[in-house]
Formats: sequence, structure tokens, C-alpha cells
Amino acid sequence: MVLAKAFDEMTLAGGACRDAYKGLSQWLQWTPTDFLRMKRQEADVLFRRLGITFAVYGEGGDPERLIPFDIIPRVLSAPEWQRMEDGLRQRVKALNMFLNDVYHDQEILKAGIIPEKLVLNNSSYLPEMQGVDVPGNVYSHIAGIDMVRVGEDDFYVLEDNCRTPSGVSYMLENREVMMRLFPALFAEHRIAPVDSYGDALLDTLKECAPPKTTGDPTVVVLTPGIYNSAYFEHSFLADQMGVELVEGPDLFVDDGKVFMRTTQGPQKVDVIYRRIDDTFLDPLTFDPNSVLGVPGIMNAYRSGQVTLANAVGAGIADDKAIYTYVPDMIKFYLGEEPILKNVPTYKCGEADDLAYVLDNLAELVVKEVHGSGGYGMLVGPAASKQEREDYAERLKAAPDEFIAQPTLALSTCPTFVESGVAPRHVDFRPFVLSGKDIRMVKGGLTRVALRDGSLVVNSSQGGGTKDTWVLEE
Amino acid sequence: MLSRTANNLYWLSRYMERAENFARILEVADRMSMMPGAASDAQQSEWWSTLMTSGCAEAFEESGLRVEGPMVTEFLARNPENPSSIYSSIRQARENGRAVRTSLTMEMWECLNDTWLSFDQRWTDARRYGELRSFLDWIKERSTVFRGGLYGTMLRDDAFDFARLGTYVERADNTARILDVKYHVLLPEGEEVGGGVDYFQWTSLLRAFSALGSYHYLYRENPKPWKIAELMILRREMPRSLIGCYQQTVSHLDRLAEAYGSRHECHRIAGQVYSQLQFADANDIFQSGLHEFLSDFIVRNNRLGNEVARSYMFLG
Repeated sequence: MVLAKAFDEMTLAGGACRDAYKGLSQWLQWTPTDFLRMKRQEADVLFRRLGITFAVYGEGGDPERLIPFDIIPRVLSAPEWQRMEDGLRQRVKALNMFLNDVYHDQEILKAGIIPEKLVLNNSSYLPEMQGVDVPGNVYSHIAGIDMVRVGEDDFYVLEDNCRTPSGVSYMLENREVMMRLFPALFAEHRIAPVDSYGDALLDTLKECAPPKTTGDPTVVVLTPGIYNSAYFEHSFLADQMGVELVEGPDLFVDDGKVFMRTTQGPQKVDVIYRRIDDTFLDPLTFDPNSVLGVPGIMNAYRSGQVTLANAVGAGIADDKAIYTYVPDMIKFYLGEEPILKNVPTYKCGEADDLAYVLDNLAELVVKEVHGSGGYGMLVGPAASKQEREDYAERLKAAPDEFIAQPTLALSTCPTFVESGVAPRHVDFRPFVLSGKDIRMVKGGLTRVALRDGSLVVNSSQGGGTKDTWVLEE
Repeated sequence: MLSRTANNLYWLSRYMERAENFARILEVADRMSMMPGAASDAQQSEWWSTLMTSGCAEAFEESGLRVEGPMVTEFLARNPENPSSIYSSIRQARENGRAVRTSLTMEMWECLNDTWLSFDQRWTDARRYGELRSFLDWIKERSTVFRGGLYGTMLRDDAFDFARLGTYVERADNTARILDVKYHVLLPEGEEVGGGVDYFQWTSLLRAFSALGSYHYLYRENPKPWKIAELMILRREMPRSLIGCYQQTVSHLDRLAEAYGSRHECHRIAGQVYSQLQFADANDIFQSGLHEFLSDFIVRNNRLGNEVARSYMFLG
């Protein structure tokens, strides 16, 4: 692997400790490994007992797995966070403006900033949404932006998640568990709290209720059910907000309005934080075989009787082919210079780029445009020659379906593994809430690749999570 | 609240109650099997009656297993194919709980989750060391912890009422079935009720209700069949008696009627059964036939369950 020189967030190349990590570094030096091991076991027991699991089906074994939790936190300084937050607010604002634009006047296409066919021929662009007004023009109410770091001041946006980004429950529960395990560490640091996320989410959703809503809007969380891999998160968020967690069959449409079945009869629903994909939402509009959705809900939605968060069709903004244009969007809609950088991306659909990608597969990461969760991607430096050759064949067969990026030397953080404390690669997913205002809590989900040298942080591929501390000034 | 949530809470409580009752039934059978010199015929009829009591006789016959202690025990405690086994009940209770986690307090959820996660280890240990009783005690203890968590921490709103309703409908069914089956098995043909029944068997029956001590305290004499029946049907001091269950059922249904401002068919049925129990006399029940009385009760109790579902849990 060519990644020996990854930036470590605690220890600089010369051996000096970075400021934000001074307290933690000292604590690590004083703390015996056995104690850490004991604390890690304690953490496992806590997570299991609380039922904080995600489900993996089809691989045999216990389908309810724990996402491995690393007990060593990742630390961001106040200025580091502030710059990232400014950049994220700017970026998500532009993404929502882009969504509103492509589903209305399509100015950005007319101006030739983004090729028309890339949007209109994209399966993530839903013509059903053309001309539909959504409250506050907000499409991606909850966005999770994946960030990576490669140097002291080098943060990149790796991916935007504008549909139903998950992981925020781990941000919150990781913090809870850390506070139980290491109260003294919290006393010594000034760590920004994250526990207002549930309230911020509820405020955001209520702000986006249909304008005709009378009284306090009724908000629900819509889940595919207990067999969904993120079910814990769905129930956790409903609980944090104090709203009902509903499944498709709990809802029905009558007279163009959406109701839930309660013990006292039908109750009108105004805002649905839905954690099921667009195509399963309404068997009358999309997949007729879907049993997860609610027949007729799209009509109620289009006529403004109910708000869906995130909006139907928001996926066009986080499509990997659109990603390369986000900096242009920021300039186009906001007239500002992008604060956050994109990772340089090769569009395999373009002949020059494809040729370059094929010649340099060993140095690149290649992803399916529509893929997610780390499935179906090629990490060139880690792949065998055979794997690269096989992947090249797939690439040539459908170049439009792929993008490629240089293999970034993701930063590393101290992580407690079998051999003790060792650096492991991490990424970061902060969450951005868009209602009338944009809200963020100071934190996010740090994912860590637990295998030595691995760059794949996805929980489905052996990644774990860490608590993320944003220090207060 | 969501109808599905009410439904889940109701069944969650039923499953926990069922798991506990199965543990009691198995405990009695286990004691019986330790009796000295018990003939294999008698043993077999005892295990058979255990299957009858649990309502699993038919399913057991279909499984083709032999009516022997270890087989019956496994079938009732651990068999995942048997939807009523303790294993299945705990699994379903937890699954129901998982689906309505937001309506459970942390104490309730952790109890359900812990019980499910430790189940196999407990069972394996019990088998390895031949300590079925410690496994059964553990199940009863878990049910008690759950009930305690529910009582001590749950908001007293409609969710609480649905959870409790599940417990009492299940418990009433269980009490009626144990009484019904045991009377048949314990009474040799042609012999009168209370004729020549083995003392040990009667005390075991009381143990199945955790009522041996209460019986002695209330009656201050040796167990007699008709007194046991009176205790388990008509004495409202007994938390597992039919009237005890219905007193609670009616009270929870009334609370729902008050909260929601409407009464349903389930209220009528519960009230009817309750008033019948209130004015019933043990002698009359025996004269007109205990079996008939209990069968009729079981049917009406089932109907109550269905009506609760129809009134509150209209699931599309």
C-alpha cells in the first residue's frame, strides 16, 4: 500500500502531540491496557443491553450485530470545527437550492453549468416531482455529508447523502456510553454537547409542515420495520422526539389526507420523517409490490397535504455523477467560493477520463455512480491484479456507471485494537438539518477502519465507530 | 396511541405471562417425575397432561415425538417450532418489544432484551448440569423483573392498560386450562370429585399457581379439590384466580373507556363474565359441571381477547 504517510490526528510526523489531543494523549500514557480492555468490554455490554444493533441478513450467524465501538475518541479543535460547519452550511444550502431548481425552472441546466442529460436522464431524477412545491423549498431536511481529512488543513467532502442518511443515533449513543465509561475525561475537557439533536430535528420537521396545517403539526417517523438494518436508529429518533414510530400499514390516505390508525380512530399526520426509499413509498406511484409504503401517499404529498422528509427525488443531489458539480452549484446559487473541497473526480463516462482511469487503476478508487455502503467499489492499491482486470471489464462495459478518485491517505486516529493503541484510518459524517434555518450540533459520526491499513470504514465492511469530540474554545 | 403499538404491548404482555405459566407447568411436571416408584404409565399420563394444560398436545402429536419427560420438556421450553414454547414466547415478546421500543421504559426493554440474549446460555447450562429447575426459576424471575419494571416505571396511560390487559387475558386462560385438565387427569373414572385423590398431586396443582402457601393461609386445612377450585375461580384475593383476573380486566377496560370516551363490545363481555363470577357459588359450579363451566369460560375469555382487538387495534 502507498499510504504510509497518512496524517495522524494525534501525533505529528516529528512525534509532537497536536494541541487538541494533549489531554487525551496524556491519559492514554497513564492508562494501563488492561483497563482499556475492561472498558471496551463494558461498552460492548452496554450497547448490547441497550439493543443498539444493526442487522445484517443473508450472511448467517446472528443477524443483529453490534457496530464495533472504539473507546478512544476523535478530537476536533474549535477552529477546525467552525470552518467545517461554515462549509457544510454553505454546501447544504446550495444542494437544497439545486433540488428546488431542477424540479422547477432548471436555471442551472439552462445556464449550461450542469449537462442536462446528466440530470434529466438520471434515474435519481424523479419526473413525478417536477413542478411540485415543497414547504420552505427544503428537499434535504437531514443531510449527512461524508468528510475525510488528509492533512492539517486538508478536509475533503467525499460524498453528500441527501436521501436518508443514517448514523446519527450512533453519534448520540456513542457519547452517552463514553460519558458513562470515562466521566473523568469529560471533566478535564471542554466538549461541546450533542444531545440537543433530537429537539433540533423536531423543530426542523415542524417548520416544514404543510402551510395549511392548523395547530401543532403531528410528526411521525416512518420505518420499514424491525428487520431494517437501521431500525434501532428509527426507534431511537422517534423516542428522542417523542413522536410515533409508524410502519406503512399504520398509515392510510383518505380524502387526500394522510392518517394513522390509533386506538381512538384515525389521526391526521402532517410531517413524515420517512426512513424508507422513494421507490417503496407508494405502491400506486412507484413499485406496485411494495408492502412498506402507503397507497396514495404521493398524491397527498404532491397536493401539499403532508410533508415528506426528506423530499421525494432528493437523491438527484447526492448522485455521484452530480457530486463533481457541487462547487459549481455553490458559485451559481450563492455567488460564493466553496469553503469545502471536493475530491478530484474522474467521470468515466468521458473518454479522456476513462482512458486515464483504466491506465491508473492501481492508484484509484472506483465507485459505482449509484452504489452506496462501500459495496461494489474497487480500492485500486488494495486490489489484486485479477480484481483490477475484472473491474476494468465492468468499467468498459458501462463507463457512465462509474466515477474514480485518487486513493486518499485518510487521516488516522489512535484506536484501541487487539495489539493495543494503534493508528487507524477514519472518516467523518456530520449532520446538517435544514428547516427555516440550518441547524447543526457540534459533532458527527466518526467511522474507523479497524483493520490495519484498511481504508473502508463502512459498518457493513468491518468498520467501527468512535465518539467525536468538538472542543469548545 | 398507534393501534399497532397497543396490539404489540398487549401481546408482549401475553407472551411474558405465557412464558412464566409454562415455567410453572413444567415445574409441576418435573416434581411429579421425581416421585418414587411412579409407574411409567402414570409418568406418561402426567407428561401428557402437561401437554394438554399448555395447549400443545396436538402440536406435540404431530411432531411424532414420544411422550417422555425430556422430549416434552424440550418441546415446551426450547423448541423454536412450537409457537407457544417458552423460547418462542420470549422471542416474540422481545420482537414485539423491539417494535414498540418507544413505548417501553428502559427497565422493560432491558429486561426483555437481556432475557432473550441470555436464553440459550441458561438453557444449555440447565441441560448440561441437569438443573431444569434453575432454568425455570430463572424464567419466573425474569417475568417478575419485567412485571416489576412495568409497574415501577411505566406511565399510567393507555399503553399501561393495554399491557395489563394482555397479562390478565392470558393468565385467566391459563388458570382455567390448568384447572380443567387437572380435574380430568386426577379423577379416576367413576370416582367422585375429591374422592381418592393423591395429596401430592393436589399440592402440585397449587404450586402451579404459586398458591400453596396462600391456600394454607386462607383455609388452614389440607388441600381439597373443591376448595382449590373455589380459590382459583372465586377468591378475589388470589391474583391468579379467574375473578382476580377479571376484576383487573374490567378495571383496565373502564380506564380506557374513560380516557377515550367510548365503550365497546369488549366492555360488555368483560362485565358479563365478571358479574357471573361475582355471584357464582362453588357448589353450583360443581353441580352443573366444572368442566362445562371452565370450557365456557375459556371460550368467552377468547372472545374478549378478539373484541379488544376489534375495538382498539383495527389493523388495515
